[in-house]
Amino acid sequence: MTALTRPARPDSGDTRLRPVPWRRMAGVTWRQHRFALAGAAVLLGALAVWLWIIGTPLHHAYAAAIACHPASSAACQDLVGNFNGINDLLAGATTPGGVFLQLVPVLIGAFAGAPVLARELETGTFRYAWTQGFGRWRWALGKLVLLAVVLAAATGACGVVVSWYYQPYFGSVNQALGLDQISPLVILFSLRGLAFPAWTVAAFVIGALAGMLIRRVVPAIVATLAVYAGLAVAAAGFLREHYLTPVTTSSANVPGTGWIISQWWTKDGRFAFAGSPPMNLINQFCSSPPSGQGKPSQGTFAQCLAQHGYTMWTSYQPASRFWPFQRIEGGWLLALSALLIAATVWLVRRRAA
Amino acid sequence: MNVVEASDLGKRYGGTWALRDCTLEIPAGRVTALVGPNGAGKSTLLNLTVGLTAPSAGAVTVLGGLRAGSPAALDGIAFVAQDTPLYKTLSVADMIYITRSLNRGFDTAYARARLDELGIPPTRKAGKLSGGQQAQLALTLALARRPLLLVLDEPVAMLDPIARHDFMATVLAAATDDGVSVLLSSHVLTELERVADYLVLLARGQVRLAGAVDHLLASHGQTSLEELAMAYLREQPPAVTR
Repeated sequence: MTALTRPARPDSGDTRLRPVPWRRMAGVTWRQHRFALAGAAVLLGALAVWLWIIGTPLHHAYAAAIACHPASSAACQDLVGNFNGINDLLAGATTPGGVFLQLVPVLIGAFAGAPVLARELETGTFRYAWTQGFGRWRWALGKLVLLAVVLAAATGACGVVVSWYYQPYFGSVNQALGLDQISPLVILFSLRGLAFPAWTVAAFVIGALAGMLIRRVVPAIVATLAVYAGLAVAAAGFLREHYLTPVTTSSANVPGTGWIISQWWTKDGRFAFAGSPPMNLINQFCSSPPSGQGKPSQGTFAQCLAQHGYTMWTSYQPASRFWPFQRIEGGWLLALSALLIAATVWLVRRRAA
Repeated sequence: MNVVEASDLGKRYGGTWALRDCTLEIPAGRVTALVGPNGAGKSTLLNLTVGLTAPSAGAVTVLGGLRAGSPAALDGIAFVAQDTPLYKTLSVADMIYITRSLNRGFDTAYARARLDELGIPPTRKAGKLSGGQQAQLALTLALARRPLLLVLDEPVAMLDPIARHDFMATVLAAATDDGVSVLLSSHVLTELERVADYLVLLARGQVRLAGAVDHLLASHGQTSLEELAMAYLREQPPAVTR
């Protein structure tokens, strides 16, 4: 048995201790969470490569369609049809690709966030971690902030690729050329710009707090998925449309990139009905198509009702509000995340062993 | 200097007191055995001492008046918890790296030499080590922090006799060669006989007996620590004056 000959503590008697530097947390966090971080990197990397692979032909088709002259020629119409037919997988939030993409923030957040504290509490290693010289609240704060920043950077980079993929659908000329057009405020809003990292960080922090409260990894992941789903549905379904007061217009030419919030009709300055015209009204005024033959469309009804003194009003969020909306959503999500980190660190500090 | 000073210290979990009215002084430079049956409050007292939990009543200071759990107290105390928790998926080298990173002082050369001597390869995952090796790794990491006080909670409960002997030899070497104060809990009295020179006896959340072992043995007419402890645990007389 070797003698434990060790030098005397150099700081014996020094009452003013300098804390262990924060930067040491980087190596500790990497060693403990490298598999979670590598998993997130692989997922985001695969997503970016996949979007690039399917996005390149989409961009080529779009470039060919808008460069074609004259636009009414059969050859040009073929190119338009070619572009419109390319996008089945990802064109909407409810397509398989869209649903999968919307799960990415919560998958990363829950699987990286929930174990951070829950695994320590589950296996008892918190008794090791919280009795080291670094100090337990500093340990928790350093780890959470570091992981949140890394995840935000990775998802932010991936969000650029998502934005690039959808760019052809946001062109202002699309409507005139008959190309598919989507509002940038609607299609996967939470996966582009600031919102993607903000939602991922929020999911991560929800996971960390759930882990601290529940103290077990798997239930904490399940709780994170549930809480995140509630928050995402509330944001997309109720909150987002109220970020800024919608623009209201009686013009029939609402831009195709606008996000239509509601439509209603007035007659003689009084409210008549909301949404689509009721059947009895159509039968009364517009039973026969006003001109030509063929199936009457929404537009022909609108013209017909307008002739009978009805006015259609539309409230919508213009596409130019994309960045203000991103800042508002990113802002409140990051504020919420900061609050939850503070709550988690407070719990770590006061929790009894 | 007293490494631990408790005055009217108490800890309540829900409605039950795990520890109460604990007034205690443990002097520096001793190997102190904290003895008592299961549920006597040993782990609670140790958790209070290392600052993992906060008192419900009274106060505990460490290392000559530092608040338990304060940065200076954390810096000077190394704790090996029950069942020696380690990050099972990390290698021995990673455990050394993490412990070094989380502390102001860490004697890496000592840790490497000690693990080499024990035949614990640095590339092995902590979870793949035997129980005895895991305990030795946790103890080595604690000692490499060069603590003033080493706190061990039931360190040998899960170990076989040989591993117990080796573990206690390391603890004793740290105490005698380097003057590290040691506070260890156990319900296995035979292991403490050789190493402990100070005794704290807990039963039902209260201190029954505390003092230097040779002094206690002489004044109670007992020949061994085990007999003395058994006598007190059976009869449970009121705490004697020290």
